[in-house]
Amino acid sequence: MTTELICSGFGGQGALTIGKFLAKAGMAEDLNVSWLPSYGPEMRGGTANVSAIISEKPIASPIVSYPDILVALNQPSIDKFAPNIKKGGLLVANKDMCPHGTERDDITIIEAPMNTIAKEIGSMIVLNMVAIGIVIGKTGLVKYETLEKDLTEFLEKKNPELLKANLKAIKKGMEIVSK
Amino acid sequence: MSEKVLMKGNEAVAEAALRAGCRLYFAYPITPQSELIEYMAKMMSKVDGTFVQAESEVAAINMVYGASGCGKRVMTSSSSPGISLKMEGISYIAGANLPAVIVNVQRGGPGLGDIQPAQGDYFQATKGGGHGDYKTIVVAPSTVQEFADMADLAFELADKYRNPVMILSDGLLGQMMEPVEFKKPKTDEEMKKLDEQHFDWCIHPNEDEPNHHHHEINSLEIDPNVLEQHVTKLGEKYDKIEKNEKRHEEYNISDDNEVVLVAFGTAARIAKSAIDELKAEGTSVGLIRPITVWPYPYEAISKALHEKVKKVVVCELNLGQMIEDVKLAVNGTLPVEFLGKVGGILFTPEEVKAKILEK
Repeated sequence: MTTELICSGFGGQGALTIGKFLAKAGMAEDLNVSWLPSYGPEMRGGTANVSAIISEKPIASPIVSYPDILVALNQPSIDKFAPNIKKGGLLVANKDMCPHGTERDDITIIEAPMNTIAKEIGSMIVLNMVAIGIVIGKTGLVKYETLEKDLTEFLEKKNPELLKANLKAIKKGMEIVSK
Repeated sequence: MSEKVLMKGNEAVAEAALRAGCRLYFAYPITPQSELIEYMAKMMSKVDGTFVQAESEVAAINMVYGASGCGKRVMTSSSSPGISLKMEGISYIAGANLPAVIVNVQRGGPGLGDIQPAQGDYFQATKGGGHGDYKTIVVAPSTVQEFADMADLAFELADKYRNPVMILSDGLLGQMMEPVEFKKPKTDEEMKKLDEQHFDWCIHPNEDEPNHHHHEINSLEIDPNVLEQHVTKLGEKYDKIEKNEKRHEEYNISDDNEVVLVAFGTAARIAKSAIDELKAEGTSVGLIRPITVWPYPYEAISKALHEKVKKVVVCELNLGQMIEDVKLAVNGTLPVEFLGKVGGILFTPEEVKAKILEK
């Protein structure tokens, strides 16, 4: 199995981090992974995006042209990448910042007000973790436990409050798709 | 130690260089290699090494020249426009028979170009770049793991031949993250040995050392008869490198190949995706990926050609540079076609497929 993702949003929304934590979790589960960010002038104002691949096979080209999954944290990300999602693929969209959505009717679309959820949890910066929760809840791409372990190692000492908020946000995302 | 970590190519090559015994690093920042200099700035003091952000690329390469003359493992890095500035210094280092490692994280050119991945520096890296009769050993990674492994290889080759070695990567390999496993760092004992291997020629201050005598490190020789001898000797060294150090990877090379692809670095990764897809569709295509682009593995290419092969396709992120070496290898026996992208744009596996299937 090979899953190709694009995660995209405004700079600062944490789109690149979504790809990073999913790739790290994939690596911890002994899968092949790659993470290729867009860099350069595109970062300012438009969409900061990352191509991530998680695969049982070695990864040749790390470039994702037609993603299985698009995580769109803002409307420009949908406008740019939704037309390329594979038929039957998945769009995870941040409803708070994607007012127009997409006209695609041949893909699965999950919309969630990620800004609102993050605000309720108490930290705006965990909105990307809601998206991760939705992705893993819907697809089983990587296990929650793997993410929890990695995040704990990363944040337990540095910022335990943020760790709690992150885990809460992932769970919240998983809940949305388990309903 | 052998645990995998997810790292950018720029950081991975820096970490691997430190583990290979690099204790001196001088550079000037430039996108898309800035994570490399950042990593060195952060980590060099932790291994009792010296990091200097030089006032320019020219200053940095001349610091490398000086440090190398002291027999130390020293590295610099930059991206295309900065590498051009280093070319004079590289020629001096080659002329003075000194080991050094230079990393080029290529971006689009010419001139300031852009900051996206490209392979437009192939000619500069493999055919000289600076003035005079000299050769730089050039290795071209295509994964983050290989990028890291090449730090070790580059220092080994540099020390073995007392010659500058360039790692020719690009913005994609520098910026992307992949799992990477590192070798153990050099022990104190190994570090001592690294130093000692150069004592018979380098400048070092230990006057009690029994073999201590005057060592001159220089690339200037006014007497043409002496210079003739010096350059002839350099030539003999390059012959030896050509004989011993060619490296390449074969991917899906077989007697069934209808087309043989030649690509290096990032371009080779994209080509592999195309080859996999074509294999599933019943077309057999092989890939020769030069790992050393100088010395160039000509024989590996000519060996892969047989009766069934209809053509050779070269894929590069430039206007067509390595294709000249491929044509030398093919030597007129088959058509050699070219797929290139410039300006920091990458080709897709679909475009490579279309080129292969083109009649």
